[in-house]
Amino acid sequence: MNRAETTRPPFDPAVLFRTAFLAVVAIFVLVPLLATLLGGFKSLGELRVNPFGLPQHWEWQNYADILFSGRYWQLLRNSLIISTLTVTLTLIVASMAAFTFAHVRFFGSSMLLSYLTLGLLFPAATAVLPLFIKVRDLGLLDTYFGVALPQVAFSLAMSVLLLRRFFKDIPYELLEAALVDGCSYVKFFRYVTLPLSRPILATVGTITFVNSWNAYLLPLVMLNTDALYPWPLGIMVYQGEYSSEWHLILAFITLTILPTIILFLLAQKHIVAGLTAGAVKG
Amino acid sequence: MARPIATTPAMQVARPPLAAQATRGPSWDGRFTVLVLFLPPALLLFTLFVVLPIGEAAWYSAFNWNGFGKPTNWIGFDNYRFVLETRAFWLALRNNGMIIAVSLCVQLPLALTLALMLAERFRGAVALRMLFFMPYILAEIATGLIFSFVYDGDYGLVASIWRSFGAEPPHLLASTDTAMLAVLIVIVWKYFGFHMMLFIAALQSIDKSLIEAARIDGATRTQSLRHVVIPLLYPTIRLSVFFAIIGSLQLFDLVMPLTRGGPADSSNTMVSFLYNNGISRMRVGYGSAIGVILFVICVTFAFTYKRWFMRDE
Repeated sequence: MNRAETTRPPFDPAVLFRTAFLAVVAIFVLVPLLATLLGGFKSLGELRVNPFGLPQHWEWQNYADILFSGRYWQLLRNSLIISTLTVTLTLIVASMAAFTFAHVRFFGSSMLLSYLTLGLLFPAATAVLPLFIKVRDLGLLDTYFGVALPQVAFSLAMSVLLLRRFFKDIPYELLEAALVDGCSYVKFFRYVTLPLSRPILATVGTITFVNSWNAYLLPLVMLNTDALYPWPLGIMVYQGEYSSEWHLILAFITLTILPTIILFLLAQKHIVAGLTAGAVKG
Repeated sequence: MARPIATTPAMQVARPPLAAQATRGPSWDGRFTVLVLFLPPALLLFTLFVVLPIGEAAWYSAFNWNGFGKPTNWIGFDNYRFVLETRAFWLALRNNGMIIAVSLCVQLPLALTLALMLAERFRGAVALRMLFFMPYILAEIATGLIFSFVYDGDYGLVASIWRSFGAEPPHLLASTDTAMLAVLIVIVWKYFGFHMMLFIAALQSIDKSLIEAARIDGATRTQSLRHVVIPLLYPTIRLSVFFAIIGSLQLFDLVMPLTRGGPADSSNTMVSFLYNNGISRMRVGYGSAIGVILFVICVTFAFTYKRWFMRDE
């Protein structure tokens, strides 16, 4: 097949093969997403006979009903509260620890750092039952903090590693000079380290946000009240209620993944950097 | 419980800054302030919510306990015996093995091929990279629901393709023969973009003069790919394999909306098995035993892998 192609000079067979291959993968990725988006605009009857194509009648009602129900906004609000709590606490706690590991020499420093990085080795699920009992005993069951605090704890390992590596690149002479001039470590951290570290803080913040926004297991175990559910839990409840009314479920899925896709388009750089950052552990 | 610990450093803040000013320079007092102020929150959170629960899992796993009151019914290693005697446990372990196999044999080669194609500059390359990465940032729950529509025997995309050939559409997720296969396809769909991005990042950091040198020495494209580019990617490939295996051991969210581990436990992963048998029934001892087994598998794997394959990094 390639040989036949080479007789036509303007066409490079490698390019042709590449284009065909990429097109197939692009279709594989896009079709389920587009079918979900369009399925939300169809009636159930049309979905059955025509799940692929454009809707013959655009049923805006499916989307409008969800958008005008309190339910959708409540789910997004809960997710936003939990994710914001998680991101804020992670950034504060992790950057303080990372600063200490980067700039303060003390006995046991490397040992404590290895202790923290243990968190990278196993999934939160392994200890989720004792974690549930711990959160219950602390009286945090069925609260936003009951979800956010364990999430912070589990995101610390990666966050501290990433932040420490960045902080270490801030010249030591700068710190030394500041200390000689009577500036304290704490002030140096607040007025020099943090402002200089905006890019890495944004990266760590984004990765923590995406993880918390999408999380399912921890909220599932820690929350009992529907009114506190973040959207991954809420959408599972919704699916349970409308089990085979796929047109409504598809509209609901589309609306709930919309914020993620918008965030992705806005913050591509940070998201790709953050989510692949573990690749260059230091 | 957190309160007394929080006030201790706060009280000690008052003095050291003055002392630091008196002696000037990076004194012990200054460092001490940072140590008692900056380190405890992270260590406390990490110990309380990550390390202690693992230890407690080991403790609880020796009891028959439903989570209420105090654990009193000591049964030794019986929970472990019960787990190992459960057929579903071995099915879950086998499924995790299958996920790892598919990750290594399908997903990584696909990701590597795409990375080699998309690392070059041409119109649309960046857009395609983003498109392929997009499934990775979607929530597992949403992905699972989207594909439970795709596979739906009445309304789904697969059913419609089958019907257009005049065949009776299958209910892929409801059959023990096909459920796991269907889950595996979703896993590839969701995660290949992540591995592709890792490879693209690595390809872009390769020193172009090495490839140029190979070309000048008369190497063909295939030769330079095989003997220069791929060897330079080995560290990234090893890392990608590591992520694929650790990721497969954690897989849960994706399985729940698709099959909940069923039918007849045929598509359980270790974590969904833990959820279905331990958490949802509040069998704390039994569930903790599963957790401990999973923990031991993860940690043993991580340490052995690092020792054997990633010693230089």
